[in-house]
Amino acid sequence: MIYFTKEHEWAFIEGNVAKIGITDHAQHSLGDVVYLELPEPGKKLEKDKIFGVVESVKAVSDLFSPVSGSVLETNQQLVQNPEWVNQDAMGKAWMIQVEMGNKAELGSLMTQEQYEHYLKQEVK
Amino acid sequence: MIGRTNFDFAENLSFEHGSPGRSGVDLPAVSMPDAAVRDLLGEHARLESDALVLPECSEPEINRHYTRLSRWNFSIDTNTYPLGSCTMKYNPRINEWAGRLPGFANLHPYLPESRLQGALELMWDLQNYLAEIGGFEAVSLQPAAGAHGEFTGVMMIQAALKARGETRTKMIVPHSAHGTNPATAAFFGYEIVNVESGPDGLIDMAEFKSKLDNQCAGIMITNPNTLGLFEKNISEICKLVHEYGGFVYGDGANLNALMGMARPGDFGIDVMHFNLHKTFTTPHGGGGPGCGAVGVSKALEPFLPIPVVAKGKGYYFDTHRPQSIGRVRSFYGNFGMMVRAFTYIRELGGEGLKQASERAVLNANYVKARLKKYYHLPYKTDCLHEVVFTHKNTLDIAKGLIDRGMHPPTIYFPLIVSGALMIEPTETESKEELDNLCEAFIEVAQEDPEKLKGAPIHTALGRLNEAQAARNPILVYQHV
Repeated sequence: MIYFTKEHEWAFIEGNVAKIGITDHAQHSLGDVVYLELPEPGKKLEKDKIFGVVESVKAVSDLFSPVSGSVLETNQQLVQNPEWVNQDAMGKAWMIQVEMGNKAELGSLMTQEQYEHYLKQEVK
Repeated sequence: MIGRTNFDFAENLSFEHGSPGRSGVDLPAVSMPDAAVRDLLGEHARLESDALVLPECSEPEINRHYTRLSRWNFSIDTNTYPLGSCTMKYNPRINEWAGRLPGFANLHPYLPESRLQGALELMWDLQNYLAEIGGFEAVSLQPAAGAHGEFTGVMMIQAALKARGETRTKMIVPHSAHGTNPATAAFFGYEIVNVESGPDGLIDMAEFKSKLDNQCAGIMITNPNTLGLFEKNISEICKLVHEYGGFVYGDGANLNALMGMARPGDFGIDVMHFNLHKTFTTPHGGGGPGCGAVGVSKALEPFLPIPVVAKGKGYYFDTHRPQSIGRVRSFYGNFGMMVRAFTYIRELGGEGLKQASERAVLNANYVKARLKKYYHLPYKTDCLHEVVFTHKNTLDIAKGLIDRGMHPPTIYFPLIVSGALMIEPTETESKEELDNLCEAFIEVAQEDPEKLKGAPIHTALGRLNEAQAARNPILVYQHV
């Protein structure tokens, strides 16, 4: 199951683990991504709080965590190859995997259908 | 103005010119014996060889090198430079005359106060002029630039809270503030509380009120904001922040819209930096050091950095200020910039400064009126000194303007709108120059978008691969 935030992050849920990245729409509006700052494994995250930074040729943007929990793994290969975000935002450009603290939080995120509707509304 | 290829030759680095052993000057013989560095320092010598790697050129060679390089410059002295939020106004030549007067230029900062009276009088007067323009109790001229002024201001806010026995954890920074504002607050450990803009481009008051509490050290606010719009609720915002015991930091970078018409101190702002290198025509953007003087209200006056220039029998540096945050800059700041800003203020006078702001606003609105048919205007509210448009091909538009002899506007900022083009013409552009600027904008808007992807073509170097440069920067000179 995949969920989305208003800040254009996605969270792919398998069991109690959320794999997190930014959406294709997000990479498109950011432009060429040149640098990523991601948390170390073990770091505690809070829902809707900043977990990292993405820098493109246009701007530096904060990354907001869709869920609370603890970082299991960081995609180190992505840090070395930030262009993956532009090439495959929803696939190999996953950023972190998080052991969720409270699965009930998913209820406040958007489903794929809701997110697509949100994009249409936001991008007039 | 149409770009055409001029004598823009590729230029080697200075140490690729000349020849080993060549020198532009004959130095007198030294009385000390000639010794190799290695013999003197033994194992402590860190140079691999005794030869210093320095350019070895004759005077004409090195003079031509730098003069040729200078022709690559794109500057306010050569072209229109409507870089939004940066206030790239013309730097009057009389400022340079004043700044280079030997009595100012050759002053040594260690001279006793008795020998510095003229310089101190100028600083004292400038402090008072800025206090009058901004509506503040007192002014420090020390901070070296705008962000340094913010640093000084937030440090004073923190000190004032500490003096009350309080430690607060948050700082409100609206989305329409300058990017340095949240950075400054974060530097002091504050959690940044964002407030969105409403449909009119102004701070959303309901959201602001819902986020304000007694853990907020205050708010950092830019007025007019980064959309060039006047925050008309500013007095109420200040009043509310004060009711919660917080302080209001005003980012004075956009003061060029307000001089002589409204005073930030009168709104209730407690501390604000002035960018002498923007509003008061001292050089910036690589042209010189800045000066980010800060003005403060009565409540923050005791915390000003030391020394403050004071007047007794004569002028002196007041260092007996027990609540001061201390020094924020070596010596007394960038004095040369103070001379230039003082000159500008004295040249224009009160009426002249007001007229400068009026014309800055008029020029921005003229550009807005001429371009709104060609570019999307996200906020219809009347703008002050700068106007923000959006476009779907912002980067290409910016590059196309270069071929038409114009410095591009600020792009992709503010982040509130997507694809922003932020234009600040300033008051020093004539109607003819503004028309040239507008026509260049119109021409690129009507240009074939595919063709524009190749721009610029008239510059020494064409479109650079910015992503590649940022991803794989080559930071060390590569000898070819």
